[in-house]
Amino acid sequence: MMLALVMAQDGTGIHPHEGETLDDRINAAKVGDRRALARLLSSIENGELRFSDSLNESSDWSILALTGPPGVGKSCLLDRLLHEWVDNGLRIAVLAVDPSSPRSGGALLGDRVRMSVVDNEAKKNSVYVRSVATRKTSGSVPLVVRDMACCLLEVGWDKVVIETVGAGQSEVRCAAVADRIVLVEGPARGDGVQAEKAGLLELADAVIVNKSDLDGAQRHANELRESLHLGSDEAPEVLLVSALHGTGVAEASSMLLSLKQSVRAGRARWRERLLSHHERLLLEHPEFDSILSKIEEGLMSFEDAYNQLRNQNE
Amino acid sequence: MDQPLRIVIAKPGLDGHDRGAKVVARALRDAGHEVIYTGLRRTPEQIIETVRDEDAILLGLSSLSGAHGHLFPRICETLREHNMGDVIVFGGGIIPEDDRSPLFEAGVRAIFGPGTTSEEMVEFIATAVQRDDAGVGHGAGWYWNPSA
Repeated sequence: MMLALVMAQDGTGIHPHEGETLDDRINAAKVGDRRALARLLSSIENGELRFSDSLNESSDWSILALTGPPGVGKSCLLDRLLHEWVDNGLRIAVLAVDPSSPRSGGALLGDRVRMSVVDNEAKKNSVYVRSVATRKTSGSVPLVVRDMACCLLEVGWDKVVIETVGAGQSEVRCAAVADRIVLVEGPARGDGVQAEKAGLLELADAVIVNKSDLDGAQRHANELRESLHLGSDEAPEVLLVSALHGTGVAEASSMLLSLKQSVRAGRARWRERLLSHHERLLLEHPEFDSILSKIEEGLMSFEDAYNQLRNQNE
Repeated sequence: MDQPLRIVIAKPGLDGHDRGAKVVARALRDAGHEVIYTGLRRTPEQIIETVRDEDAILLGLSSLSGAHGHLFPRICETLREHNMGDVIVFGGGIIPEDDRSPLFEAGVRAIFGPGTTSEEMVEFIATAVQRDDAGVGHGAGWYWNPSA
């Protein structure tokens, strides 16, 4: 993957420690300085630094999104997968996304609590977990996460897994940031008609039904398989696992490592990337907050506000 | 525009009560900060690794087990050893009055007991991040005078 560093357009720059340049920080991150890495990622997250990448042309994935509804066990499953992947000699970074409050802008980032792998003395050096808040963006994952993932790959992590916010049926934004999408489902998530509905399921490269130890998991997996096989394209695999007991995790971890991109999602991926870039452009407008206040106070029409936001040069 | 502050709320040691920590985490979230909660029974090393990997600027320690006199200074010391002296440490829980000055000596910048309002904590944070001597690396020095 080819990467380039681009400073943010407004020239805010980063604020390295005394005498520390951006190159110093990247080099420190490359030789394993976790603090330098964490700060580099903060600079990207705060919009002070941008990582642009070219397409991942290889058949192996570098960035995988783990998505699915809240409470199906995405974090627990990811913890199990990390144990397996680290045993396979991989070094994996995780960007765990949780929602920001639309009212206060704050966030409670709790995915880390599930990650036992970071407490494992033998494995913790092969895993990096970073919690990310969605901040102002809509959807289950902010576009800046892709820049963060590219940065992690650049400084030497083998693969990056993005755990999205608990996602609803139509939240397909993760297609904009990842090479592969894995949908995690739980048991008893509605009848067969739910599995027929359009949305996220159509973009998944694989589906994992977690909590196989509970009633209804097998049936839900069957319904999903049936629904996916109705399409004319090659259907993604549907696996049953229990992250709690570890059942099926070994099979899932090796299946995911060699996961191929489904052809069905190509156009949708580009669509999501375009949409999230557009959103980012609007959000990065220096007057965004003041324009928002003006609409709220009735000082500006919605149309004028949108036109001003679209014009980055004003 | 100002970015949210990243704050780790941690439960060090053998202490299974985290209602207080969760209330604090929630209050700081509602004040617009990004709060990373560690979960229960963390070692000082695990807490510091979380602060490091998450690039947090503040670390809040909650203890109701009586081990604060050992754990809080140990965490402050480990932060300094790891070249993380700019992290601001504050604490709360059941910390008797007599136990507080050794903690301030160790570099803890505030101790909040039962009855503290969330407004006061938010005010402490806003004050502390404006100061250039609030990091744990500055050792004993300025600390917040709590009202509760």
